[in-house]
Amino acid sequence: MTQTYEPVIGLEIHAELLTNSKMFCSCSADYGSAPEPNTLICPVCTGLPGALPVVNKKAVELAALVGLALNCSINPHNTFARKNYYYPDLPKGYQISQYELPIASNGYLDIPGDTENPQRVTVRRVHIEEDTAKLTHEKNHALVDFNRAGVPLLEIVSEPDMRNVEAALSYATRIRAILRYLEVNSGDMEKGVLRFEANISVRPSGSSELRTRTEIKNLNSFRALTRASAYEIERQIKVYEAGGEVVQETLGWDEARGVTVSQRGKEDAHDYRYFPEPDLPPLQLEPAWIASIKSLLPELPDAKTRRFMEQYELKRQEAILLTSEKPLADYFEAVVSKSRSSPKTIHSWIAGEFMRYMNDSELALENIDLPAEKFAQLIDMVTDKTVSGNSGKIVLNEMLKNGGVPQEIVKAKNLAQVSDTGFIQEAIEKILSDNPGEVEQYLAGKETIVQWLMGQVARSTKGKADPNVAKELLVKTMEKRRK
Amino acid sequence: MTGQFHTLPIHQIHQLLIDKKISSMELTQAMLRRAYEIDPKISSYVTITDDLALEQARQADDRIASGENITPLTGIPFALKDCISTRGVRTTCSSKILAEYVPQYSATVVNKLADAGAVLMGKTNMDEFGMGSSCENSAFVDTRNPWDLERVPGGSSGGSAAAVSASLCSFSLGEDTGGSVRMPAGFCNVTGIKPTYGRVSRYGLISLVSSFDCIGPMTRDVQDCAIVLEAIAGKDERDSTTFNSPVPQYHQDLNKSVKGMTIGIPKEYFVSGMEAGVESSIQEAIRTYEALGMKVREVSLPNTRYALPVYYLLLMAEASSNLARFDGTRFGLSVSENARDVIDIYLQTRREGFGDEVKRRIMLGAYALSSGYYDAYYLKAQKVRTLLRRDFETALASVDILLAPTSPTTAFKLGEKTNDPLEMYLSDIYVVATNPAGVPALALPCGFSKGMPVGMQLIGRHLDEQTLFQVGHAYQQVTDWHEQLPPI
Repeated sequence: MTQTYEPVIGLEIHAELLTNSKMFCSCSADYGSAPEPNTLICPVCTGLPGALPVVNKKAVELAALVGLALNCSINPHNTFARKNYYYPDLPKGYQISQYELPIASNGYLDIPGDTENPQRVTVRRVHIEEDTAKLTHEKNHALVDFNRAGVPLLEIVSEPDMRNVEAALSYATRIRAILRYLEVNSGDMEKGVLRFEANISVRPSGSSELRTRTEIKNLNSFRALTRASAYEIERQIKVYEAGGEVVQETLGWDEARGVTVSQRGKEDAHDYRYFPEPDLPPLQLEPAWIASIKSLLPELPDAKTRRFMEQYELKRQEAILLTSEKPLADYFEAVVSKSRSSPKTIHSWIAGEFMRYMNDSELALENIDLPAEKFAQLIDMVTDKTVSGNSGKIVLNEMLKNGGVPQEIVKAKNLAQVSDTGFIQEAIEKILSDNPGEVEQYLAGKETIVQWLMGQVARSTKGKADPNVAKELLVKTMEKRRK
Repeated sequence: MTGQFHTLPIHQIHQLLIDKKISSMELTQAMLRRAYEIDPKISSYVTITDDLALEQARQADDRIASGENITPLTGIPFALKDCISTRGVRTTCSSKILAEYVPQYSATVVNKLADAGAVLMGKTNMDEFGMGSSCENSAFVDTRNPWDLERVPGGSSGGSAAAVSASLCSFSLGEDTGGSVRMPAGFCNVTGIKPTYGRVSRYGLISLVSSFDCIGPMTRDVQDCAIVLEAIAGKDERDSTTFNSPVPQYHQDLNKSVKGMTIGIPKEYFVSGMEAGVESSIQEAIRTYEALGMKVREVSLPNTRYALPVYYLLLMAEASSNLARFDGTRFGLSVSENARDVIDIYLQTRREGFGDEVKRRIMLGAYALSSGYYDAYYLKAQKVRTLLRRDFETALASVDILLAPTSPTTAFKLGEKTNDPLEMYLSDIYVVATNPAGVPALALPCGFSKGMPVGMQLIGRHLDEQTLFQVGHAYQQVTDWHEQLPPI
C-alpha cells in the first residue's frame, strides 16, 4: 500500500479596515473612489522627509473588535514596529507594523467541520499595519499610485491547524463573514480588501512532525486559495514520492496556468530588521476601554447559528447557511416575525427559490427589494393552500423581478388554488377516461402511476388544484373501478 | 538708527522695534548685507532667503505699525538648521541626495515662528544628516569658527552656531541628537538648549534618530533662549512623541534667586582628557555659582562610560531605517542612467548621494538590527539606555541641576580629526548621554582657553527647562562671557 499524506495548512489573512482616514495620516482611506492616482496623499503617506505618523484611533478600535470577536486577549500594552525592506510601493523604506507585542493574540475560531462537530482553529495573533502603494507594471517601467499607501490593514495569523483545503476554505469564509458582521471590512474580494497567504506543508498521515513549509502569497479569492492550496499539496506530495525534499520558499499563484511559481530571487532571504517604531509611543489600552469595545460586539455567526438551531429548530447546516451573512440572517428573522408559517418552511423558501434567484441574477441581498412582510404573506398563502407551492414560486419570482403585492399577482395570473372537489373531480374523470391504459396499470398494482396521473391533474388545472385533495379524489375514483 | 543692533539680543531689539527706533526692514536689510559680506568667510549659510526675508520683514513692520498681535519675535531675523523643512525653500541636510529638494510643507516649528512674525534669513550648514561633530561632513562646504577661521564651529549644528556667533542672524534653531546644539554653542560662544525630548515638535524635522532628536534655539543669551523655546514648544497633534503638558512662560521667572539651590558635579566627567583651560573655566563657573549662594556637591553618573557606545549604536540603528526613504524614486537625487532595475536606481542614487560617514553609519546600523545580532546590540543598548536614564534621575533627585563642560577641548582645527572617526566621536563625550536619557540641557559660554570659547552645560530634570533658564540667567547676570563677540 502506498503512503498517504496529511496537509498542514496555516493562513495569514490581510484585511483592510473600513475607516474614513488612513492609518497614520488624515488622508481619505477610500482609495477605491479616488478620481485619479495620487490624489489622496500627503507628506506622511508618501514618506516625505520629516513627516511623522499619528495613530488612527478608529483603526485601533476596529482591530480590537476583531481581536475580541476571534476570542483573543487584547494586549493592554502593545507597540508598533518597523519592518524594513526596499520596494517602490513602500515609500518610507519600512512598513509600520506590529511585531513583538500585537494588539491581540491567542484566540480561536470554531469552523463548521465535516461532521456536526465544529473544528477549532487557533488564532495566533491579530496585528495592525499599513497597506502599500499600488504598482502598475508597464513595458519597461512601473507606475506607483500612493492612494492606497497607508490604508489600515489587519493581519490575522492562524496556527497551522487546518488539515485539508476544505477546512482552510471554511476558516477563510468564516473570517470574512465575521469581518462583515463587524462591519470592519466589505469582504469585497474583487477590490482586494481581503487577501490570503497560505502556509502549506504535508506529512505522512498519522505523523505529528512539522515538515518544511512553503508560503503562497497574494491569493485574492476563495477560488485562488482553494486551487493554489490543492495544487501545492499535490506538488509537495509528488516531491516526497520522488524521494526529494521540499524547499522552504515563497510562492506566487499563476491563476491562468493553475500552478504555484517560485518567487525566489525577488524575496531572497529577507531580514526585515524589525525594531520598535520610535516615532510612536506604545498603545496603552485601559481595561475600561477594552470593555467598552467588547460591549460593541454583535451576535457573531457561531452564536447565531446555535440560537437559530435552538429557537427555530433548524438543522445545523440550515442554520449555518442562514447565518453566513448578517443581512441574510436578519432577513430570515424579519420574515419569520411577520409570518404564521414555520421557520423551517421559511428557511426552505429562502434557501431554495430566493437564493436561486440571487445566484442567477448575481444580486447581493442589499440590492434585492422585497420587503420581508410581502415575502411572509406569500409563504403564508402557500401554507394556507391559497396557492400551490409551484404557483408560489411564480409569484415570488414576479415580486423579485417587478415588485408588487402577492395577492394581486395571484389574482392577475389566476393562480389561486382550489379545493372545490367538484371542479377537481371533473378534471380527474376526464383524465381517467383519456388514459384508460394507466388506470389498468394502477389496478394491476403499479401504484407509482399515481404520480404521473397527479402531474396530469396539475397540468389540466393549471396548478390550482390542492394536491392533497386531488390525490385523495384520484385514488378514490380509481379504487371504485376495481369493483 | 544704525550701529551694532545686529549684535543685540532679541529682547533688546524687540524694544527698539516696538519703540519704532528701527524697523524690521532696516534690521533685515542690514543683516542680509552683513551675511553677503561676511558669510563667504564663514560659510554658515547653505541658502539665504532674501526675498522671503524682505517680505516677512515688511509684514512684521505692518504688524508692529498696527500694534496688533506683536510677539517678542515679530520682526526678528533668524536662521534654521537645514534639516528643518521649509515649504518652497530647499532643505538639504547638507547632503548631495537632497541638494535640490524643495519641501511641499513646513515643519511645525517653522509655522510657529512664521505665525510669531519672525523673519527667515536662510538655512544653515550642518554635518550631513547631522552625522558629525565639526561641520566637516557637509557635502557642500566646511563652516568655519568665527573666532578662528582655521578652526571648526563644532557640529552638527555648526552653521546655526556660527551664524549667531558672527551676528548673521539674531537667533537660530539647531537640532541636538547627541550634543549637536550644545557642542557647537560651546565652540562658538553661543547660548543653546537641548530641550526635554518631546517638548518641541519634530514634525518636519528630517529625522536622524527619532528617539533622540530635539530642536533647540541658539541665541545670544539665556533670556533669548527662553523666549524662543516658549515660541516653539508645545504639543503637536502631528507628532505623537510631544508632551501634553502646558508650556511655562519661561522668560517671566528668569530673575528668581538661585540661592540655596544645589549644583551637582558628575565626577565621571572630570577624570582625564580635559583641556586645562576648559577645566579651569568650569571650576571658575562653579565658584561663581557658590558666590551666588548655591551649594555644590559631587554626584555620580555611574554608567557614563557606556553613554558613547549606547548612543552611537542606537543612532546608527535608527538612522539606517530613517534614511531608507532616500531612494531616488520620489524626491531628491535620482541616478537612473543605465539602471537595469529599481534596485540599480537605489544603489546608484545612494552611492552617489550619501557621504562616507552616512554610509558608514547606515551599514553599522543595519548590521546591529539584523537577525542574530539584534539582541546583542540593539536590545542591549536599549537596556543600558534605561540605566543611563536612571543615572540622571538618581543624581537629579538629590541636586537641582548638574553642571559639566560641553566638550573636553575648545574648537579644534579643520582636518584635525577627519581621518579618525573614533577621535571625532570622543569630542561628544559630555553631551551624548542626555539624549538617550531625554533630559534637557542648556549650554552657555563660561570663559576662554587660549583665545577660544569654552562652553558649559547645565543639565536638568525632565521637563524642567525653567530651572535651567533660571540658573543660566543668574550666571549671565554676573558674567559677560556671552557678550564677547568674535573678531570678524
